Amino acid sequence: MSVTTAFDLRRHLRGGGHSAGVWAALAALILFGLLRYENFGGAYNISSFLNYNAMFIVISVGMCFVILTGGIDLSVGSVAAFTSVVAAYLSPWGIQIALPGAVMAGLAIGALNAFFVVAMRIPPFIATLATMLGAKGGALVISGAQTISIDWGSNFTKLGMGKAFDLLPWTAVITAIVVVGLWILLERTSLGRTVLAIGGGEDAAAMMGLNTRGAKAFVYMLSGGCAGLAGVFLASGFGAGQPLEGIGWELSAIASVVVGGTLLTGGLGSVGATVAGALLLGLVFNILNFENGRGVISLSAYWQMVIRGAFLLLVILLQSRLSRATQKELS
Amino acid sequence: MTDLIEMTGIGKKFAGVIALSDANLSIRPGEVHAIIGQNGAGKSTLIKVLTGVYRRDAGDVRMAGRDLSITSAREAQDAGIATIYQELSLVPLRSVTENVIMGYEPRTRLGLIDWKAAHDRTRQILTRFGVDIDVTRPLGEYSTAIQQLVAIARAVSLKAQLVIMDEATSSLDDQEIETLFSVVRGLKQDGVAVLYISHFLDELYRICDRVTVMRDGRTVATHDVADTTKLGLVTEMLGRDAGEIQAAGLTALSGGHSDPGPVLLQATGLRTRTGLRGVDLTIRKGEILGLGGLLGSGRTETARALFGLDPLVSGQITHHSGAALDNPATAITQRIGFLTEDRKVDGIIPHLSVRENITLAILPQLRKGGAIDRAREREIADHYIKALQIKTAGMEQPIRELSGGNQQKVLLARWLALEPEILILDEPTRGVDVGAKFEIQSIIRDQVAAGLSVLLISSEFEELVEGADRIVVLQDGRSVRELHNPGLTQDALIGVIAQHQNSEVAA
Repeated sequence: MSVTTAFDLRRHLRGGGHSAGVWAALAALILFGLLRYENFGGAYNISSFLNYNAMFIVISVGMCFVILTGGIDLSVGSVAAFTSVVAAYLSPWGIQIALPGAVMAGLAIGALNAFFVVAMRIPPFIATLATMLGAKGGALVISGAQTISIDWGSNFTKLGMGKAFDLLPWTAVITAIVVVGLWILLERTSLGRTVLAIGGGEDAAAMMGLNTRGAKAFVYMLSGGCAGLAGVFLASGFGAGQPLEGIGWELSAIASVVVGGTLLTGGLGSVGATVAGALLLGLVFNILNFENGRGVISLSAYWQMVIRGAFLLLVILLQSRLSRATQKELS
Repeated sequence: MTDLIEMTGIGKKFAGVIALSDANLSIRPGEVHAIIGQNGAGKSTLIKVLTGVYRRDAGDVRMAGRDLSITSAREAQDAGIATIYQELSLVPLRSVTENVIMGYEPRTRLGLIDWKAAHDRTRQILTRFGVDIDVTRPLGEYSTAIQQLVAIARAVSLKAQLVIMDEATSSLDDQEIETLFSVVRGLKQDGVAVLYISHFLDELYRICDRVTVMRDGRTVATHDVADTTKLGLVTEMLGRDAGEIQAAGLTALSGGHSDPGPVLLQATGLRTRTGLRGVDLTIRKGEILGLGGLLGSGRTETARALFGLDPLVSGQITHHSGAALDNPATAITQRIGFLTEDRKVDGIIPHLSVRENITLAILPQLRKGGAIDRAREREIADHYIKALQIKTAGMEQPIRELSGGNQQKVLLARWLALEPEILILDEPTRGVDVGAKFEIQSIIRDQVAAGLSVLLISSEFEELVEGADRIVVLQDGRSVRELHNPGLTQDALIGVIAQHQNSEVAA
C-alpha cells in the first residue's frame, strides 16, 4: 500500500473489517429483494421506504457521534415524540418555522443532556434516562396525550407527502444532506477528530490540548437536534404530532450504530456504516412485508420484530468474524 | 534431572508471517529463567504457545517428560502453570481472598464456600510474602505492587510448578521490586520455577539463573547468567557487533557540551496538591535538563505542573513569552510538548491511524476553511514516518497494531510536528526494546543539537547521566541539588540521591 494514496478504501470504511459485514449484508439483502419481488426496486417502494426510514437514519447518525465519545443518548425517542408535537403546533406558520422550531426544541433538550454530562459529570446513561422520562412527560403534557393534527392548509404537508423534483421524498433529501454534512464533520474536521480521540482515550485527548468538553457537549446537542429533526419527519409522515410514538427508538438507533461496526466503548466507527446499519434494519421489515404480500406466509408485526432481532444478532456475529480475520492478518 | 518444561522446534505463523521458527526452551524445576529479546523477537508468542493461548504449528511441548497440550487458561492452571501478566488480570472490585481462590473455592460439607478457610489460606500465603493486609477488602484498594503479589499468591495457592512473569516490575518502585524479588527467591526455594520476561538487564543479573535470548522468532542461545556479560547479551539480542555498541556508549545521548542559551522557562517554589513542596528549575534554549530522583520524588508531578495540568498552590512559572501556563492548550500554543510516561493511558489513541495520531496536537494549524488540510496532513505524517523510521504498513494503519517502540516514535513525532521549543519527555524509552531505545535517543540528540530544549525524566540513571547537561535532583517534592555535566557519573548521581535520603532521616 502506497503511503500517499489519495483514495484509500480502508480509510473511508473506517475500521475496515469492523464495518465490512454491514455493507455485505446490505448488498445481499437488496439483491435478494430485487430478485425475489417484482416491485421491490420500483419507485413507489424506494420512496416510501426512504420516507419512513429517514427519521431512523437521522437519529442513528446523531447517536453514532454520542457513542463514538463512549457515551449514550437514551432520550432520542422521547425527544422525537416531543418535537413532533412541537412541529404540529408550529405547522400553521409553515415549514420554515415548524422545522427549525422543532429542531431547536430537540437541540435544547440535547443541551440539557450536555449540561448534565459535561458540567455535572452525571454518567450519560443516567442523565439521558432522566431527560428521556422528562421529554416523554413533556410531550404528553403539551399535547394532552392526544395526537395533534398538523395544519393541512400549510406548506408543512409537502414535507411528508411531496417530492423533490418529483423524484425523492423531501425527508430523504434532507436526510442525505444531514448525513453528508456529518460525514464530512467526522472525517474532515478537527472537531470530528476530537470526537474520535475522546472515545479512544479522553485523558490523552485532553493532554493534547483538544477541547474535549466542548466536543462532548457538541455530540449531545447534535443528537438532540437530530432527534428534533426526526420529530419533524414523524409529524409530517403521519400528519400529526405523535406524543405516544418513539418508544424503543433509542434502542433501534443503538442497534443501527452497533450493526455498523461502531464500538460501544467509542473511538471507532463511521457515519456511513451507521446509515448502512439503519437501512439494513429497515430493509428487514420491508422484505418481510413483501413476503407477507406474496401470501405464502403471514407474519404479524410481533414476529417481524423477533426476526429483526435474530437478524441483528446474525450481522453482529458476521462483523466480529470479519474483524477478527482482519486483526489476525495484521498482527 | 528431567526438565520441568521442554519446548523443542516450536514454529508458529500468523497469516503466513513467521512469528516463531525452531524455537527451543527448557526450564528446570526451581530455577528462575529469563527470556530476553527485542520487541517482536517472539517472546510473548512463545509464552502464549506454552500457556495455550496460541496453537503451535510445529514442535513439541513437554512438562515433566509428558506431552502437554493446553488450550485454555483453566487447563494451564490445572497443569500447574500460572501467568502474571503486565496488565494484571484480576478482578479489582472483589476481595483479595476471592481473587486468590476464584474457581477453586474451598467448600464446607454442605457444598457452600468455606470463607474462613479461604481467608485463612490467603492470609497465610501473603504473610509468607511479608504482606500483611486485610484480605476481605476489595483488591482494587491496594497498590499495583500488592496486586501483583496477590496474583502470585493465587499461583502459589493453585500449587503452580511454573510461574510466568511478564514485565512484572515495569510499574513498581525500587522497594516494591525488592519485595517481589524476595518472593521470587521464596518460590524458588519451594521448588517452583519462574519464567521471567523483562526489558531490564540489571534485574536479570540479580535474580535469574539462566537466560534464553530470542531474535527474529528464534531462540539464539541459552546461558547460565553467571557466564554472561551485559554487552554480550545485548550483542546477541541485536545481532550486532560488540565493538560497534561499545564505541557508541550505553546510550545514544551525550550531554554537557552545549552552550547554554537564553532562559526559556523558569519555575520557582512550585507547590501543588499533587505533592510538590518547593521545586525550582530553569530551562535554557538548546539544552537537556534532567530531573533525577526516586519514584515518588515529584518528577512527573513537576512536568505536569509545567504543562498546566495540575494547578499551583503557590510558586511561579515564568515563560519567556509572558503567557500563563495554566492549561495544556496554552502550553501547546507556546510550543511546549509533553510526551507522557504511560503511553497506553494518555498517549496513543488506539483506533486512530498513525497519521491521525501524529497530527493530533497540531490540528489547529492544519485547519483550512473549516476542514483539515489533508494534503498537508499526509505530508507531515509521511515526513515523520520517514525521519523517525517508524515501522508501519502505512500511515493509515491503526496505531494499536504497532510495536511498543514504534508507538513511542509516533508519539515523539506528534510532539516534534508541533516544532516545539521545549519538549518534556517522561520516561521516553521505558518499555521499548534496545534497538528502538537507541533510535529514540538519537532523535532526541539531533533535535537538541538543532536548538530544542528538553526536560528529561528517566528512571534509567545512565540515560540521565549521559544525556543531561544539568540534572535537578528531586526529593519528596523538593528540588534539593543541581548537578552539571560534563564529568557526571551514575555513582555521583546515586550518591547525591542517597545522601539526601539519609539527611532526611537524620532530620
